Amino acid sequence: MFVRGLKRKCFDGEEDIEGTLAGIKAIPSYNLQRQSLLDMSLVKLQLCHMLVEPNLCRSVLIANTVRQIQEEMTQDGTWQMINTQSTGQASLDRLVSTDILCRSSRDQAEGKHVPAYGTYNKDFESDQAQDSSETMSTASSVQAPRNLQSNVWEMENPQENKGNFQKSLDQIFETLENKSPNSVEDLFSEVDNSYYDLDTMLTGMMSSTKMGHCDSLETFSSPTNTASNSNCKSDLNDLDHIVEILVES
Amino acid sequence: FLGAGGGNDIQWCFSQVKGAVDDDVAEADIISTVEFNHSGELLATGDKGGRVVIFQQEQENKTQSHSRGEYNVYSTFQSHEPEFDYLKSLEIEEKINKIRWLPQKNAAQFLLSTNDKTIKLWKISERDKRPEGYNLKEEDGRYRDPTTVTTLRVPVFRPMDLMVEASPRRIFANAHTYHINSISINSDYETYLSADDLRINLWHLEITDRSFNIVDIKPANMEELTEVITAAEFHPNSCSTFVYSSSKGTIRLCDMRASALCDRHSKLFEEPEDPSNRSFFSEIISSISDVKFSHSGRYMMTRDYLSVKIWDLNMENRPVETYQVHEYLRSKLCSLYENDCIFDKFECCWNGSDRQVEFSSLCTSDLSSIVMTGSYNNFFRMFDRNTKRDITLEASRENNKPRTVLKPRKVCASGKRKKDEISVDSLDFNKKILHTAWHPKENIIAVATTNNLYIFQDKMN
Repeated sequence: MFVRGLKRKCFDGEEDIEGTLAGIKAIPSYNLQRQSLLDMSLVKLQLCHMLVEPNLCRSVLIANTVRQIQEEMTQDGTWQMINTQSTGQASLDRLVSTDILCRSSRDQAEGKHVPAYGTYNKDFESDQAQDSSETMSTASSVQAPRNLQSNVWEMENPQENKGNFQKSLDQIFETLENKSPNSVEDLFSEVDNSYYDLDTMLTGMMSSTKMGHCDSLETFSSPTNTASNSNCKSDLNDLDHIVEILVES
Repeated sequence: FLGAGGGNDIQWCFSQVKGAVDDDVAEADIISTVEFNHSGELLATGDKGGRVVIFQQEQENKTQSHSRGEYNVYSTFQSHEPEFDYLKSLEIEEKINKIRWLPQKNAAQFLLSTNDKTIKLWKISERDKRPEGYNLKEEDGRYRDPTTVTTLRVPVFRPMDLMVEASPRRIFANAHTYHINSISINSDYETYLSADDLRINLWHLEITDRSFNIVDIKPANMEELTEVITAAEFHPNSCSTFVYSSSKGTIRLCDMRASALCDRHSKLFEEPEDPSNRSFFSEIISSISDVKFSHSGRYMMTRDYLSVKIWDLNMENRPVETYQVHEYLRSKLCSLYENDCIFDKFECCWNGSDRQVEFSSLCTSDLSSIVMTGSYNNFFRMFDRNTKRDITLEASRENNKPRTVLKPRKVCASGKRKKDEISVDSLDFNKKILHTAWHPKENIIAVATTNNLYIFQDKMN
């Protein structure tokens, strides 16, 4: 579970950590858990009930959580840490720590959304070498459903927010372009920056086709599935494929 | 916790259970609201399928002094139908979010029921006579040939089997862009408020084509939205005062006399955050899911994810009492976030009004003041504000014998589990009690599980 308390408690070596060694171990674990919470939150924002307007209170609370994490990560400068981590093992740890209390009947109640989410999780767990790929997976996963789900906040005045493409929360995805050194980022340089804008997504400015969003998410999922544990190059091909789909939709 | 017997402690017994027995719950049967009327004779439930079912208490049988009247189905009607918003390409759920009864003025009963977008005023009336002996109509309704009529008679009313009819008298529509979470009838019994995520509107019960917007927290730029309205209620005595709660754990008290748009609150109730409990979930669990005034209007109760708080309206900076509902869940918040349970909106209620007459602060009241709220695993909790004792009970068909006292439950948070305790990891998070109601005059409570309605009453001697 989460190390309770603010991140700086860990660094300050305050009372929460028993012993220096435990404190050192706690730091990467905290980061991983925080990252997994961020990923989970982003997925939750996308996987809303498409036929009925999503619950605004829930969306606001999740978005606030995302902002909190993002602010803390920016303050810590941990975006760099994540990008330089090279092991795929880290990804496996990320989601294992959460224990699931609900029975499977809950999953059935969620309908077709949960298989998509479940697949999504597994993709992360079996994901390939680079963490940077993972963070890009995060970005592209945000894109995929977002094209189709446009109603997290509201639909009544889609026009009024069109001017705000460069708004805050870009930072979550900004590092992909600025900091990751490999060629994967070239793929994304062609993509409109606005795709990375969480607020853009939240205000539902993107296209309004809603049906079949799960198909897109699953389309996204399956390439990464087949690419598990393969090298970066095949990942690039998969991501290429994904971006094609996204740009066309 | 409350032990059996002793002093004024209530001993709760199973009385009735309504609803389907099988574990396979039809989505439409999920109960979404429960409310007693002002006399307690009627008990209304609303469900996800848009239906309202009203139960009526049998008149007490003088010979059966050991139990109060049972509740039986009185009326069932389809209040709301699913709709489709063509502009947004979205369905509007027919789920009944809230029911509120009007006080009875004549033979008929009136209630307000609302889904996400539309509020309806329903009239429920009884018909136990019908006119017979028409001149121009046969008994079956067919028209008689006028030329065959040779004598005239005056139709008379004859008794018939009781029929309960529900008819929609007013439809208050098109005033809410966001989802309605609360309705509250004013103490003037002429107006009421409806609250959605961002706005609160004031209506007159007779007028359906317009409403006044009294609170609007929608930011000019929706990207700046960080807080929504979660519940709202009129003060029970002061017809210009109301409160609304937010997803950030604040309650604002507003006075409609101050300005037309109550953008600026008269009072802001907020408890400072406990830094030792801070986590990424702090805000989510501070979100208030329900707010209820006490019957006197001097206190109000709020429910957030883990606790129930009692606020004195004269003190804004912290609650006067805090009761932990299921503190053992604090270490499970990440999992509860993952499975969305952390967003469950539990309601809370006070015990009946007759027992809460408050004298001056110099005089200690030994009249009981108990609050009740639900939890998981079909558990529900009661907190006695006077004795400071609490109890956990379970709504389950296993406790089916009437007049058998319910056994208190206990959750083992950690360490060795004692006999009869249940460990946190064994709790069923699909079995949640979100809606409970307390009879306004007697110790009778209605507790809704997912699709069943349980009625418990205190043991009478």
